[in-house]
Amino acid sequence: MTDNSKYLSHLELGERDETFLDSNELIINMGPQHPATHGVLRVILKLDGEKVLGTECVIGYLHRGVEKIAENRTYAMFNPYVDRMDYVAAVSNGLGYCEAVEKLLNVEAPPRAKYIRVILTELNRIASHQLWLGTHALDIGAITPLFYTFRDREEILKIFEKYCGARLTTHAFRIGGCQYETYDGFERDVKKFVDFVTPKIDEYEELLTTNRIWVERTKGVGTISDKDCIALGVTGPVLRASGVKWDIRKALPYAAYSEMDFEIPTGQNGDTYDRYLVRMAEMRQSLRIISQAVEKIPEGPIMAKIPKVLKPPVGEIYHSIEAPKGELGYFVVSDGSTQPYRLRVRPPSFVNLQALDLMVRGQLVADVIAVIGTLDIVLGEVDR
Amino acid sequence: MITQLKRQYGSGIEPLSYLGQNYMIVDRSLIPEILQVLRDEEQFDYCVDITAVHYPKREKQFDVLWILYSFPRNERIRVKAMIAEGESIPSVTSIWGTANWLEREAFDMFGIKFDGHPDLKRILLPDGWKGHPLRKDYGIIEQDKEWVQINLGIESGQ
Repeated sequence: MTDNSKYLSHLELGERDETFLDSNELIINMGPQHPATHGVLRVILKLDGEKVLGTECVIGYLHRGVEKIAENRTYAMFNPYVDRMDYVAAVSNGLGYCEAVEKLLNVEAPPRAKYIRVILTELNRIASHQLWLGTHALDIGAITPLFYTFRDREEILKIFEKYCGARLTTHAFRIGGCQYETYDGFERDVKKFVDFVTPKIDEYEELLTTNRIWVERTKGVGTISDKDCIALGVTGPVLRASGVKWDIRKALPYAAYSEMDFEIPTGQNGDTYDRYLVRMAEMRQSLRIISQAVEKIPEGPIMAKIPKVLKPPVGEIYHSIEAPKGELGYFVVSDGSTQPYRLRVRPPSFVNLQALDLMVRGQLVADVIAVIGTLDIVLGEVDR
Repeated sequence: MITQLKRQYGSGIEPLSYLGQNYMIVDRSLIPEILQVLRDEEQFDYCVDITAVHYPKREKQFDVLWILYSFPRNERIRVKAMIAEGESIPSVTSIWGTANWLEREAFDMFGIKFDGHPDLKRILLPDGWKGHPLRKDYGIIEQDKEWVQINLGIESGQ
């Protein structure tokens, strides 16, 4: 047996003197309505002075029962709901869901649809990372990056809006491919965006990478080792910043990623600074993927031949993709009817948030804010 | 790997495959032993997900599922065990730390008890809530009326 007790600690809240006069320990409540918790996350902190002794996350404030809703909707009707989990990366959610159901139906999207999917998903990854960078830097005290990133993220949302009419909850893909053909000038817009945003990423880095305050606030903060990451199931940039070179786009390729040439950026120290560097590098890699995809995008149909009424044969499937936050998986059970018998979402934010306790123990209260930011959680996905 | 496990555990394991994905149905009595073996000897070091499926018409109503991934082998496998209503299943928190919240969620949504879990309580729903929403007999607009009345002071309803 391995000793996993360090991952499992929880606060014993009931057994103490209510006056708190017996020790220096203090229990305070952060959230659920706190701007730095990125949504309705409540964290109970046990402190000794400014040092964190332990935490407990209280979640579920945004629970809508997405998995239950799925059992009561047809496969196609449920598609827009997945956008509302991780609402800053709606396109990724849709990609994972559509591909899972396609696998269950044993159909494959046509090559052109796969390329459109890759382009939009990577644009969404950049948008998600930009939003993360802006808010994370704001939490730590740098206001300027927020304006820069939101200004540039706007260009991505414009492309989404032109493509499918929506900016945030896009519902961009359908089971079997894409509903919409690219609009006139899509390729031009995407290329223009790549040229526009490449120097902007350098600009963000100029503001932060060597900024003394930023470095002091992030280096050595919220450190997590590769072993702890794997034990806690942490994925995405957090895992990679701890030195594990693992990305589902490479390990178990989906869509058209096997035809793309890109690197997996990794860090060594597993601290907040390395996670920042990894995400910055990931944005550049995404731009690389987008430029390749837009050059190579094949002609042809965008929708596979699928029946009007979707009735996947009895069976079950697990399919996961590399969402901006980590491994986003769908476990779908079909009983042969038009509705999923069971649909389980494996949310990266939920699993990653579990690492918060280990990452902040022994750190300062102010670092809790930095660590929540660096985990890049979206409460819509944590609570579903 | 599976043939070796099969030789070792005999009829307790039924290896299956669907659409190229491997999974096995394992007898309840082999949990957590088989999961420990999978992690220690077969290098399935990453527990992706723990969840359940409810089949109310079956005698053993619940499927409990462990989705595992191995970094060295780059391979996924699902392990499935069936349990009846009211029956519990050993916790795997001592094998994978990530099981903590995942088991709490399965408990919250299905009412499945995990023996040996250090802090098995609801995670997404409030502590005093009655009922387990992902069971098939729980309606889609059903709520804990009493809880809503006491805590929110409103009549339950959509």
